[in-house]
Amino acid sequence: MSGRKLIIDGVGKTFMEKRGGTSTVALRDFSLSIGDGEFVCLVGPSGCGKTTLLKLVAGLEHASLGAIYIDGKPVTSPGPDRGLVFQDFALFPWRDVIGNVAFGPEVLEVPPAERLQIAERCIQLVGLSGIGHKYPSELSGGMKQRVAIARALANNPGVLLMDEPFGSLDAQTRNLMQNELLRIWYDNKKAVVFVTHSVEEAVYLANRVVVMTGSPGSVKQIFPVELSYPRSRTDHSFISLREKITRCMAEECR
Amino acid sequence: MANLPQLFPTPVSVIVALGQLLVAPGPPGMAWAGELMGNTLISLWRVIVGFALAAVTGVFLGVIIGWWRNARDLLEPVIEILRPIPPLAWIPLAMLWFGLGFKPAVFLIWLGAFFPILANTVLGMENTPHKLIEVARTLGAGPWQILFKVGVPSAAPSIMAGLRIGIGIGWMCLVAAELTGSNSGLGYMIMYYYSTMEASKTVAGMLMIGIAGYLMFIGLKKLEDKILFWKAA
Repeated sequence: MSGRKLIIDGVGKTFMEKRGGTSTVALRDFSLSIGDGEFVCLVGPSGCGKTTLLKLVAGLEHASLGAIYIDGKPVTSPGPDRGLVFQDFALFPWRDVIGNVAFGPEVLEVPPAERLQIAERCIQLVGLSGIGHKYPSELSGGMKQRVAIARALANNPGVLLMDEPFGSLDAQTRNLMQNELLRIWYDNKKAVVFVTHSVEEAVYLANRVVVMTGSPGSVKQIFPVELSYPRSRTDHSFISLREKITRCMAEECR
Repeated sequence: MANLPQLFPTPVSVIVALGQLLVAPGPPGMAWAGELMGNTLISLWRVIVGFALAAVTGVFLGVIIGWWRNARDLLEPVIEILRPIPPLAWIPLAMLWFGLGFKPAVFLIWLGAFFPILANTVLGMENTPHKLIEVARTLGAGPWQILFKVGVPSAAPSIMAGLRIGIGIGWMCLVAAELTGSNSGLGYMIMYYYSTMEASKTVAGMLMIGIAGYLMFIGLKKLEDKILFWKAA
């Protein structure tokens, strides 16, 4: 198992309700291992625990059962070795673009000159050069998401966790951002765990597409995507794989 | 009702009164400033000191109560009992404790401004978006960094709103304190000319209270725009 960046081993998550003492099982016996630099997409019905899984990997929640390992070390808390990108960007509105991107290095006490350099480089990487002094309220949705990605990259994490990052963007911006993300991924060789509702997006981006079962979520089936990049959405093999995965997912939605 | 113009001053007589008050010698220790400006400066100074104390204590306690559940459970009952007592109800006690003049006025201003500042700070801290805290944690921020780099800036608009409300209430408390517990300041001045039945000078003093309050409000608004510039656009 050389180059296994992230190992999710038999993870279960049960949420206890504050009142009434009832509990909800969000994840059950979820196992998946992701290689260094691998791009994995998670798809599944709403409420199947995709976001919960990302939060567990990020260390924001603790698994009730099983364990998660990054480079062989168990995850116990959030850390700069994992970058997280939310659907709604979650930028700090009181910080300009540079301030947002430099947040990670800043809290890790990187010297000011160096953190500025890091921020500039990451901003350039996501194609936003020249708008470093703008504030989030002045940016479009696509630009905000680029800033959020740059911020996640600033700590140079080995794993990028993305929770429906393009879900709130219009179709055109979404396609553009998918290509941008592939370029960034290709240049930086991060392992990416990408949660999405869209099977097409998953097939367009991923090395492997993981279909999850309905609640409680676990792995239903894994589809390797052996198409070369850049992929064509109208290609026959693309469409047939997309249909196969869609059918597999539809079984869960019934 | 023998002398109506004296009770219902005309605009002209108010302007004349303003002129007279400007040149009349100021209160003890401030003779150089003239009666009107001397009393205005005395009142402003009391408000600034009382308001500054309220801002420091209100924001400090508000951050603590709004951020930590335990602190909230501990302190909230005390605050909720004290809060409904109108600041004016404290005037007798303030005079017993502090006598007349500067100290009771500052105490009352502090009391009046403290609660809105506290309440708004607590609200702002509690409403810190959970997502921003999560993002900060994944970027490696520790608990104190999250408090000062996420919680406090996120609460800043609410804190500023509290300060704006606080200075308004503080100004009202000042005038109330000076009406009874003081021998200087704008509140004392209008009360003095009530006793001499010079309504035009009372109105002139009221006008000054309005103008000074307005200027303070504008100043705070300017400061707010400067601090919360990121909210514009």
